[in-house]
Amino acid sequence: MDDVAIRVEDLSKLYRIGGKQERYKTLRDTLTDVAAAPFRRLSSVIRGQSSAVSNETIWALKDISFEVRRGEVVGIIGRNGAGKTTLLKILSRITEPTEGYAEIHGRVGSLLEVGTGFHPELTGRENIYLNGAILGMKKTEIEHKFDEIVAFAGVEKFIDTPVKHYSSGMYVRLAFAVAAHLEPEILLVDEVLAVGDASFQKKCLNKMQDVGQEGRTVLFVSHNMPAITRLCQRTILLDEGKVLRDGPSHQVVSVYLGSGLGTTAAREWPDLSKAPGNDIVRLRAVRVRTEDGRVIEAVDIRKPVRIEIEFDVLKSGFVLVPNFFCHNEEGVIVFGASDHDSEWRRRPRPTGRFISTAWIPGNLLSEGSFIISPAVSTMDPVIVHFYERDAVAFQVIDGLHGDSARGDYAGHIPGVVRPLLRWTTQFNPNGQGISAISTGVTIS
Amino acid sequence: MTTVQAEITSQVGVSSSSKTPVTIIHPSRGWISLNLRDLWEYRELLYFLTWRDIKVRYKQTVLGAAWAIIQPFFTMVVFSLFFGQLAKVPSDGIPYPIFSYAALVPWTFFANGLNQSSNSLVGSANLIAKVYFPRLVMPLSAVISSVVDFVLAFAVLLGMMAFYGLWPTSAVIWLPLLLLLALVTALGVGLWLSAMNVQFRDVRYAVPFLIQFWMFATPIAYPSSLLSQPWRTIYALNPMVGVVEGFRWALLGIQTSPGPVIIVSALAALATLVSGAFYFRRMEKTFADIV
Repeated sequence: MDDVAIRVEDLSKLYRIGGKQERYKTLRDTLTDVAAAPFRRLSSVIRGQSSAVSNETIWALKDISFEVRRGEVVGIIGRNGAGKTTLLKILSRITEPTEGYAEIHGRVGSLLEVGTGFHPELTGRENIYLNGAILGMKKTEIEHKFDEIVAFAGVEKFIDTPVKHYSSGMYVRLAFAVAAHLEPEILLVDEVLAVGDASFQKKCLNKMQDVGQEGRTVLFVSHNMPAITRLCQRTILLDEGKVLRDGPSHQVVSVYLGSGLGTTAAREWPDLSKAPGNDIVRLRAVRVRTEDGRVIEAVDIRKPVRIEIEFDVLKSGFVLVPNFFCHNEEGVIVFGASDHDSEWRRRPRPTGRFISTAWIPGNLLSEGSFIISPAVSTMDPVIVHFYERDAVAFQVIDGLHGDSARGDYAGHIPGVVRPLLRWTTQFNPNGQGISAISTGVTIS
Repeated sequence: MTTVQAEITSQVGVSSSSKTPVTIIHPSRGWISLNLRDLWEYRELLYFLTWRDIKVRYKQTVLGAAWAIIQPFFTMVVFSLFFGQLAKVPSDGIPYPIFSYAALVPWTFFANGLNQSSNSLVGSANLIAKVYFPRLVMPLSAVISSVVDFVLAFAVLLGMMAFYGLWPTSAVIWLPLLLLLALVTALGVGLWLSAMNVQFRDVRYAVPFLIQFWMFATPIAYPSSLLSQPWRTIYALNPMVGVVEGFRWALLGIQTSPGPVIIVSALAALATLVSGAFYFRRMEKTFADIV
């Protein structure tokens, strides 16, 4: 009848910033605090401040409300400090809300970290039981899944070895294997895919996908936008403790990628007088398009992207160079590019509307979001007619197709670019250094 | 669509009951219930944590579990030399070594249990910040895991009794209850201190002191018969007085008629436990944020 799994109403959480940073205090601090409090209060009254409390606290969450239906897989995204983890901590009862109310229908399992409670002195076998119990599994349930867990982690040979002798990869694999076999009706997951190594992550992503398909309810917090769009139909965007957007994942993700900036893949300035620019040139639109001309927020890493800058020339006789900067979500400028080969190069332009298009080849940018800041300049003398910061944004998605630079590796690959390089291999079955032989250099 | 989904959930659902449990989350105010039902739900975790504590305690030590015996045994040797031989402290007509060791065995259990439970929350800060479980499990498992050490030291006590040719009286059947009294006391104080330790790390430094003072406030090196009534009964407000007196009475047959002392001690221990549990529950909501 009622198929709500999670209902959250006006949930708020107040943190004392001081308490959070100092982490804990000594009795002496408290005593001095108590002794100093009247004076501090007095001084804040004198200085006309409303309350000392508001200076020392922060609303990690403020009036959050949403509902999740049974079987929904919902992504939660937002910048660091947006309140994502706090929300999961409240829903998994680790910490209490300051205000508001939430109800959860069903058994909850939360994964805020893999390997919580692992003890280095205990063997793999013992840690599976301990960690399983910590995550809320019953002993019989663990016994039932034991072989499956061990096989998933691939640590059969070392199951009776203390985990302190494990490699970090084995350790994480075992930890994740236990977590992945948690079968609650509602699963709260925080960024666990960010840790770990190698192709094991592909296995984990698949496992997560299975979880969703089995009809379980999942709340999935992540910074990994491709994973969010792949796993979740719906996404909630949090910002400064509030719900900024709640809707289909690809829409919310693209809002987030330009969040705070109001950017999307296309932006237009219908009102000429308000458009960026001067009395020579004004920007009318910027768009991100695919090869075949669709305006798109998320593009396949293997496909080229078109950046379109549409502008009106209001005064003729200037040599105009459309250009733009492309930076990634960390604010790193990936590249700057200017129009260098059109027929309008070094030619004064007449009045009228121009559309300049730059083609970014496929298999160049890395995965993630990219923000375009277009400009139109004159080079001699240098005049920047407009420079519209963060005008549009798009997201590059590197799925596991096997023919991009990531190959079959499912994990995180750092780097601002991800070019698909040409690789060649030389092979000598005798095991001699090929290059050494061919160049005639002997290595002793 | 709803029916299909209901079908799927019932397949996946792990809970044995057909009704899905509903958890209500809202801010708590003031004193809150102990929620012992929740604690019962997590009894397996209590078991595993206790088992972990026992398993890990003497890992990578040369002497291993012998430490459980060394501690009380050598304290007894030192006490026998200084208090028994040099200071000639009376021992109710029993050889001084066995007189002090019979008290040191429950005392060591209490001291270790208290020390470990006081540091249990801070020592598992990561667990508290990342996983939900009734926090009462932590100090509880710390105290329970100390029982193993007690059993080892107690075996030595039996050996010593045989050596001195002493036989326990029929009152020995009260021994498990006396052990429970020591456990309740350690847990009660441990609940207060572990919860305070989360906020005030001073506790960590204060506990060894507290244990030292408490030891001298308990008739371990001396008999409580040095005190006259009504002071003896007031003295029993220290629950460990009842435990130690009870042990000597039950095992060594010292006719101190400790009945009233034990009752006063039991009431004091119970009061500590109940108040400690409520204080702990009240502070519990802040643990994850400040630990």
